[in-house]
Amino acid sequence: MSNAGDAIAERVQELVGADVKNVRRLSAGASRAMWAVDAVQPDGSAAALIVRTDPRGAARPTGPVPEAALLRAAAEAGVPVPAVVAEDDEHLIVERIDGETIPRKILRDDEYGAALPKLAGQCGEALAAIHSIPVDQVPGLNHEADAVATWRSMLDGFGQPHPTFELALRWLDERRPPTSGTAIVHGDFRNGNLIVGPDGLRAVLDWELAHLGDPMEDLGWLCVKAWRFGVDKPVGGFGERDELFSSYERASGRSVDPDVVQWWEVLGTLKWGIMCISQAFTHLSGIVRSVELATIGRRVCENEWDLLELIG
Amino acid sequence: MTEPHDVPTAAQLVEAVREFLERDVMDATDGRVRFHTRVAVNALYMVQRELEAGPAQAAAHRAALDRLGVADEAALAAAIRNGDFDDRRDEVLEVLRATVRAKLEVANPRYLGTS
Repeated sequence: MSNAGDAIAERVQELVGADVKNVRRLSAGASRAMWAVDAVQPDGSAAALIVRTDPRGAARPTGPVPEAALLRAAAEAGVPVPAVVAEDDEHLIVERIDGETIPRKILRDDEYGAALPKLAGQCGEALAAIHSIPVDQVPGLNHEADAVATWRSMLDGFGQPHPTFELALRWLDERRPPTSGTAIVHGDFRNGNLIVGPDGLRAVLDWELAHLGDPMEDLGWLCVKAWRFGVDKPVGGFGERDELFSSYERASGRSVDPDVVQWWEVLGTLKWGIMCISQAFTHLSGIVRSVELATIGRRVCENEWDLLELIG
Repeated sequence: MTEPHDVPTAAQLVEAVREFLERDVMDATDGRVRFHTRVAVNALYMVQRELEAGPAQAAAHRAALDRLGVADEAALAAAIRNGDFDDRRDEVLEVLRATVRAKLEVANPRYLGTS
């Protein structure tokens, strides 16, 4: 085991009060990393855990998202999420939930065949539950009042000309929908951030982009073409918009205007394109040199193509 | 071949490296390195396609920008933001579609067949 692994084992032992075994690193980010560990209690019972590290002082676009508080509030509201086991300033320890997160496997492996037809409806219910969390229950969330302005200024920061993105920004500016209220928005609810089992949706992950905003943002983001992974179904590659909207309406009591969701889908497509530029610049600026990040810069045009289909 | 250089051409060198990664490195690696090798192979395919199609694409793009009366992509982006093309939207759309198509022909031609 690496020194970093030893340090994780030691910290988890202190926080959870159990013997820690089988420490495996699952992912390595520039500043954040994810580990799987088993915590063995004195009575011999073992718990499968996930440990996320997030060193203080790590560079981020906005302030830290209170993820443990979000997960607790989400669980209370009925959102399927991993239970928080322990936390300190730099570690978040949650239960490990069995299942698959890799979209291509979820969409193509026989094992998930029976789950696929249920997913759009289950996503609608989970989103309704997220948006039902009282906004004052999780202090410290950023309020994104004007998504168009936010992403326009993000685009400007890279100094790269993208005429198609400009046309999309104009389209968005001219068609701003009426607000559907302010809610806690997950911010990255999509195929890839969901744990799916043969029985369907098991957990909603990756809350680090959560913020206060328009609840329709989450529905539009889930419909962005990038999250269909090549399968011709608008909701995550697994479902139809009607299934998502009607289950969300039933569970939330809010009505869904497909035109408003489409506006957020256009915003989401633009946003993912700008995030791809950002990933290329993570490489180009030398923060993380990576052939993977570099080539993502050449995927920006996929989003431009999608935008022209949406707004042309 | 671009004088004064000898063969292999730049495109042929890229092709040789790409074939090496595809044949030898892919088979000898797994996990993260194998995945990044696949990414590298795709990147070299892009370079090959850009070396081949780039000059004709640049000429077509220049002609399209001239029709719109803008100097470059930055000027086009600024003019769209400024609203200068609001009454020529169809014309701009046609140019943008051709431009993005050219980028995809190099970056990921298979994407053009998706909906």
